[in-house]
Amino acid sequence: MEQGQVAAEAEPGGVPAALRGFATDWSADQETFRHVHWGKAMIWIFLLSDTFIFSSFLVSYMTMRASVTQPWPNPSEVFALSFGGQPIPLILIAIMTFVLISSSGTMAMAVNFGYRRNRKVTAGLMLATALLGATFVGMQAFEWSKLIHEGVRPWGNPWGAAQFGACFFMITGFHGLHVSGGVIILLVVALKVWRGHYERSGDYSAVEIAGLYWHFVDLVWVFIFAFFYLW
Amino acid sequence: MATIADDLRPLHHPKSWVGKYVWSQDHKIIAIQYAVTAIGVGIFALVLSFIMRLQLALPGQFQFIQPDNYLQFVTMHGMIMVVYLLTALLLGGFGNYLIPLMIGARDMVFPFVNMLSYWFYLLSVIVLFAGLFVPGGPTGGGWTLYPPQTILEGTPGASWGILMMMASLAIFVVAFTMGGLNYVTTVLQARTKGMTLMRMPCSVWGIFVASIMGLLAFPALFVAAIMTVFDSIAGTSFFVPTIVSMGKTLGHAGGSPILFQHLFWFFGHPEVYIVALPAFGIVSDLISVHARKNLFGYRMMVWAIIIIGALSFFVWAHHMYVSGMNPYFGFFFATSTLIIAIPTAIKVYNWLLTLWRGNIHFHVPMLFAIAFLFTFIHGGLSGLFLGNVSVDVPLSDTFFVIGHFHMVMGVSPVLVIFGAIYHWYPKITGRMWDERLARLHFWITFIGAYAIFLPMHYIGMLGVPRRYYALGETVFIPQSVHYANMGITIAAGIVFAAQALFFYNMIVSLFRGAKADPNPWGAASLEWQTAETPPGHGNWGATLPTVYRWAYDYSVPGAARDFIPQNEAPGGTAEPHPS
Repeated sequence: MEQGQVAAEAEPGGVPAALRGFATDWSADQETFRHVHWGKAMIWIFLLSDTFIFSSFLVSYMTMRASVTQPWPNPSEVFALSFGGQPIPLILIAIMTFVLISSSGTMAMAVNFGYRRNRKVTAGLMLATALLGATFVGMQAFEWSKLIHEGVRPWGNPWGAAQFGACFFMITGFHGLHVSGGVIILLVVALKVWRGHYERSGDYSAVEIAGLYWHFVDLVWVFIFAFFYLW
Repeated sequence: MATIADDLRPLHHPKSWVGKYVWSQDHKIIAIQYAVTAIGVGIFALVLSFIMRLQLALPGQFQFIQPDNYLQFVTMHGMIMVVYLLTALLLGGFGNYLIPLMIGARDMVFPFVNMLSYWFYLLSVIVLFAGLFVPGGPTGGGWTLYPPQTILEGTPGASWGILMMMASLAIFVVAFTMGGLNYVTTVLQARTKGMTLMRMPCSVWGIFVASIMGLLAFPALFVAAIMTVFDSIAGTSFFVPTIVSMGKTLGHAGGSPILFQHLFWFFGHPEVYIVALPAFGIVSDLISVHARKNLFGYRMMVWAIIIIGALSFFVWAHHMYVSGMNPYFGFFFATSTLIIAIPTAIKVYNWLLTLWRGNIHFHVPMLFAIAFLFTFIHGGLSGLFLGNVSVDVPLSDTFFVIGHFHMVMGVSPVLVIFGAIYHWYPKITGRMWDERLARLHFWITFIGAYAIFLPMHYIGMLGVPRRYYALGETVFIPQSVHYANMGITIAAGIVFAAQALFFYNMIVSLFRGAKADPNPWGAASLEWQTAETPPGHGNWGATLPTVYRWAYDYSVPGAARDFIPQNEAPGGTAEPHPS
């Protein structure tokens, strides 16, 4: 739907242009979302489904946290790192979050350069995104090993409710798998960009599709950060 | 990617037999693979149900039915029928076959992912059956798989069986996601010229909405499966509270069994409609075609499908009235449950009004469609009992529940599936089945279904609990219940045997059946207008059809024939009809 055309047709006091555009799109033949790449439509629907997976995990965690009989360990203390004898709460998580959000920035730039057909810069930015993602996973591995060293297990921990460890490993682990999968996808697509595969097919959508997945994984992390670490 | 419409190049063109029929990316072949696998698994579950009936009629007479494996039969029967047969057959089978043909597409949007979907489904079936051979056998916790029972010692399959079941379900969810993404994207983005959403046949609408629901409901099952596996092997306590068993405290503490039930039924209730909506859609088309009359209130039918789909996400806890929920929740969920009766009643009235003064042809598919109306109304009415908290509490976990859901989501969709197979068989195979055998199969199945499930309502009202291995000399159970159980088992045996008529008919007709007309029922929807029967690779030959009208132009006054195909232009001139 061309925006300008709809705006020109909209009469004062009538149905808002956005709503009319929506109705026109959905009552159209052939494609509900005009000129939207099939893969892009599909990844959006997939992300909606994946949202329900993470929501189920997070809601389960929240109900469990609200109903356990033993005290919930204090995340600020558990996730603190000591520098020169001074514990700084959540410092590692803050750095991890910063790294992951930055990777969303480089990914957005990669998509932009992809559509401008700048092969080398696109591949470089995607590689940078993948490296930031790998850094995130590496820091998560460090965090896991630190907690395991301190005695956190899926079936218990030194500070309180056993569900703390169970939820922590399950939710961050499932998210970590998503990030790791994303890194692999990014590397594959970056390699294809580098080799000029999309130049030949004339279609850079794969970069954007990988990007949509990557942004989603970042967004999920923001919710995990808010609900698991800040609560 | 709109350019793909008239372009055959992007399709995968295999040369070898293996590429065409085994590792096939053609939606029609994948549909048949899905359907054959699902029906095969379904026959196994049907055998299990008959073994259960033998035990109920003649308790303790058979050496191979012990209390442990009776529970395993119950569990496997339920799970296979709901997930591996009905969901896979209606969405993977009919969804795959009908969507591209009915909306005028050459294939699904991502044929490779579609192929993977089938192979993952097959893997989930293999894992499920591998569960039969692990130490301790398959799980016997009932198809709802409630922990802590399913993972505690004493329940059959508590150590290995439950893990195999959960692994199989998780793989099934992955398989369904790959298929479901394809179905939804194909309907949204790959329709032919002129095919608006509001011109799609109801079959496509039902499958489309059910696929969206599946993509949103299966995640909860996936999460519940993962958490149960961790509770079972990693020592976590997601669902298991502190339990003292045989004087010994188990190593779990603080988990919530109710949480599993919420997750399970957040999947489980939409699942009922994931099965029902495609059946609703297909039955709408069958009734309209064979009554030679346009579907009454097509727009309302579509909106009812959408509204039922949306509402079904807000009713799940009506399965949990006796679980110890806050009674106010019960009030909310009873209300939302009964509200679903409104769009459902709209559908039922519209089906009846489509029949009203129609030129009804009692072809076998139509017989099954009308039979569906009976069983569905019947099952819907008993649903009103179970939807109300105060009536549900005494009826909960009795045979009344068994009778209800077998009527509404067992027999009803199965009747539609039979009708649909008879209806589309000429298009799928290019041959016609034997009319007499089909009629005989119909009458035995339909009357037999009532003979089996109607008495169960009365047994249930007398308080006979479900899932019990044997009733013994229980005081409140009168002798008539035992007679009824015997009668049900005899009826079940007859219906069970009568299915051989169906399989014999289908298989023999495949080779010896008369050559079918490309459009034997005179149907207007697009799948009957293909150049070849069965449709060739790419479905439409050189150019895609153009759609000018809805799928229900039957008995239009002044028209040359009593139906006008969707691709016939106004004015009667137009695309040549292949027949």
